[in-house]
Amino acid sequence: MVHIPILRHGQPYKSLDVSVVRHHQTREPFVEISQANAGLIRKDLRNQQAAREKLAKFSTAELLDICSRAAESFLNGSLPIGDAEQTPEDYVHQVSATTGMPHVMARRNMTKIHAALAEAGNVLNGLTRNLDWELLDQGFGELEGKPLSFYPRTDSLGVVLPNNSPGVHSLWVPSIPLKIPLVLKPGSAEPWTPYRIIQALIGAGAPPEAFCFYSTGHAGSGEILSRCGRGMMFGDAGSTGVWANDPRIELHGPGFSKVVIGADCADDWEKYLDVMVSSVLNNGGRSCINASGIWVTKHAEKISEALAERLAGVGPRAADDPEAQLAPFADPAVATRISQLIDHGLAEPGVREVTAEHRSGERVVELNGCKYILPTVLLCENSDHGMANREYMFPFVSVVKVTPDQLPETIGPSLVVTAITADPKLIRDLVTSANVDRLNIGAVPTTQITWDQPHEGNLFEHLYGRRAFQRAVAV
Amino acid sequence: MSTAQQTLQTKIQTVKDTLDAWVREVVAWHFDPATGCPFWLNYASRLDWDPRKEIHNYADLEKLGPFQDEWLRGGPVRRWVPKGYEGRPVYTFETGGSTGVPKSRINIEDFRLDYEAFSETLPDEYFPKGADWLSLGPTGPRRLRLAVEHLAQYRGGICFMVDLDPRWVIKLLKMGQPKMAEAYKQHVIEQGLTLLKAHDNIKCLFTTPKLLEALCEKVSLKKLGITGVFCGGTEMTPQFHRFAVEELMEGAYFAATYGNTLMGLAVHKPREVEDNYAVIYYPPSPRAMIEVVDPDNPDRVVDYGATGRVRLTTLTKEFFMPRFLERDEAEREPPCEQYPWDGVRNVRPFSKLQANVVEGVY
Repeated sequence: MVHIPILRHGQPYKSLDVSVVRHHQTREPFVEISQANAGLIRKDLRNQQAAREKLAKFSTAELLDICSRAAESFLNGSLPIGDAEQTPEDYVHQVSATTGMPHVMARRNMTKIHAALAEAGNVLNGLTRNLDWELLDQGFGELEGKPLSFYPRTDSLGVVLPNNSPGVHSLWVPSIPLKIPLVLKPGSAEPWTPYRIIQALIGAGAPPEAFCFYSTGHAGSGEILSRCGRGMMFGDAGSTGVWANDPRIELHGPGFSKVVIGADCADDWEKYLDVMVSSVLNNGGRSCINASGIWVTKHAEKISEALAERLAGVGPRAADDPEAQLAPFADPAVATRISQLIDHGLAEPGVREVTAEHRSGERVVELNGCKYILPTVLLCENSDHGMANREYMFPFVSVVKVTPDQLPETIGPSLVVTAITADPKLIRDLVTSANVDRLNIGAVPTTQITWDQPHEGNLFEHLYGRRAFQRAVAV
Repeated sequence: MSTAQQTLQTKIQTVKDTLDAWVREVVAWHFDPATGCPFWLNYASRLDWDPRKEIHNYADLEKLGPFQDEWLRGGPVRRWVPKGYEGRPVYTFETGGSTGVPKSRINIEDFRLDYEAFSETLPDEYFPKGADWLSLGPTGPRRLRLAVEHLAQYRGGICFMVDLDPRWVIKLLKMGQPKMAEAYKQHVIEQGLTLLKAHDNIKCLFTTPKLLEALCEKVSLKKLGITGVFCGGTEMTPQFHRFAVEELMEGAYFAATYGNTLMGLAVHKPREVEDNYAVIYYPPSPRAMIEVVDPDNPDRVVDYGATGRVRLTTLTKEFFMPRFLERDEAEREPPCEQYPWDGVRNVRPFSKLQANVVEGVY
């Protein structure tokens, strides 16, 4: 069995406390992961400055070169995984084994991470709005004749990571070219991706001291977030809530991403069906950028019917099937529980499941011993309904009836909004809405991202502060 | 069978005989109207048999059935005081008081006797006679508070103390105030540090795993002159054991213990490479025994190496507690040369009850 060690500033450490993750299908033990005790984390994080100094010796351009080389080895190379070697195919199979994600999706996510590393320069340009990289190296300089100076707010970035999709790991990658060491706590079932990215970066020349990798429990996660000057946390509302008032921590909770169709485009809804389907279905509906709501002012019944018809054609397939679009739940009991929650919500008047009429059996189905939840489309009569703003880790969407004057106030916090409208007022209201994080105007799937745009906060601004700066000419 | 094995078997049998004889003596004491306590005398009055006549050995304790947790909650606490000790000063120690009525155990001298026996297991090289101690652990109505002080005094030292109320820590965590709990921990640590810096003769430390980590974060034990650490009070994992020895002790001796108010103190088997930092405890036979039983059939002791629920039996003239099911689980450990009776390996909260337990908060 593969063993994944802790990395203490790059040094592998095999703990006596290990968690064993089972293969989602066979339920056999598949990987053993060393668990870090909270005291060990605290001890390591006492001296974060040394790691930062190691990284700061490199120029931004050098670190971007490292990212570029790491991109290739991440995608195509054999990299260490504990005492073993991991080929790209091993990686795909391993991610699939512990998360249930079909191979085709794991490969797609792999290319996403490859792009994040290969395009790290563009990402950095997007985050810094094209600052001269030498200005970052020196800490001060000029932009359009004006003096500028930035300082690191922290000696490390602590990240508590999720299990849902490898693609999210592209979010913390820029920390390395930004010269901020990483302290990562992987998701309990998905240690593969962060470990492989770290190995790719070390192999490409990044200093090992810049990487701590601690699989750990709740207490250890808390230590990471409280002891790193800046943090990111992925999790549900319950786990992220504890850190809600801590400005040092960037929270990545549920996305509640949406497609909003303005009254001006409502009659043409059929033209946008593909955008709606891909927003719900891409990546198995596992991402926070997948749409879980489609908010419309007209034709809600027709839209929900058309969506249900399209999504009802999507069923479970084997993990190695290149056409697979759904992922089974790594823990089969979770599938049953989620389906029961949906049934409970459906008991409240004002909502119905449209997909129920388009399938012959139950919402939860089994294939090769794995449990899947079939794509589910609900029709909500109003935005106050308890099922109007729900998100689950499978293709689930509520088509919600609203009046034009309810937009965008009623949509609530939404990570991505694709607004299909040319109405200047609605666009203006969305642009000024604090509830909207990423905004797409027009027929752009919610799942489509560009590397030069920040996602859920700007990592550069999270890690660096700008100071007032003046320099006497004679100096 | 090798000579070593034969010697061990002989020791095991001797210990078993001693235990059986001690059981007869303790049962005779607790069920004798002249010496026993009201609780057990009342209990016996409802039986149609006489424990003094029917209980001949340790295994016969089964006839009394399991000891109920609820019997120790609430008063009158005097029903537990043996008549044989009438007129002696009585202490009451508490456990499990985070919510509701705590369990109480009366004490007269047991804590002293237990810790004097434990003292014999501490190496003088690391816990020097005459050295002073710092006790950085739970205080209040807990046995530990007086027991550690007695241990220090018994070894010729003076014990410095810091207040710590674990029930308040649990309450803070339940109220969703981890930062306040952390602040309280730091408050305790700072007081400990002040004492350690002010008193050069403090060479021995009692503390809990979490407080030990927190203390070592601030200061080097070696620089402070600490040579021996007696650690217990909460769950200890093999990984913590290793971390403490490899990264916190800096050459000081690490004595892990498992104990509670009801049983007393179990000592840690001296560290051996093949144990790979497993935390192995042996109870102070014959004054207390620990067994590992099938959770679904607590009358059945599991095989060596198998996992089960911890069952305690306390056998002293002050307190008789046969077959009490603890809120812990462990693996059953075979007798060893130094402790030729059953032990337990890697004690941790009983998984079936874990959802309700806030463990190791201090």
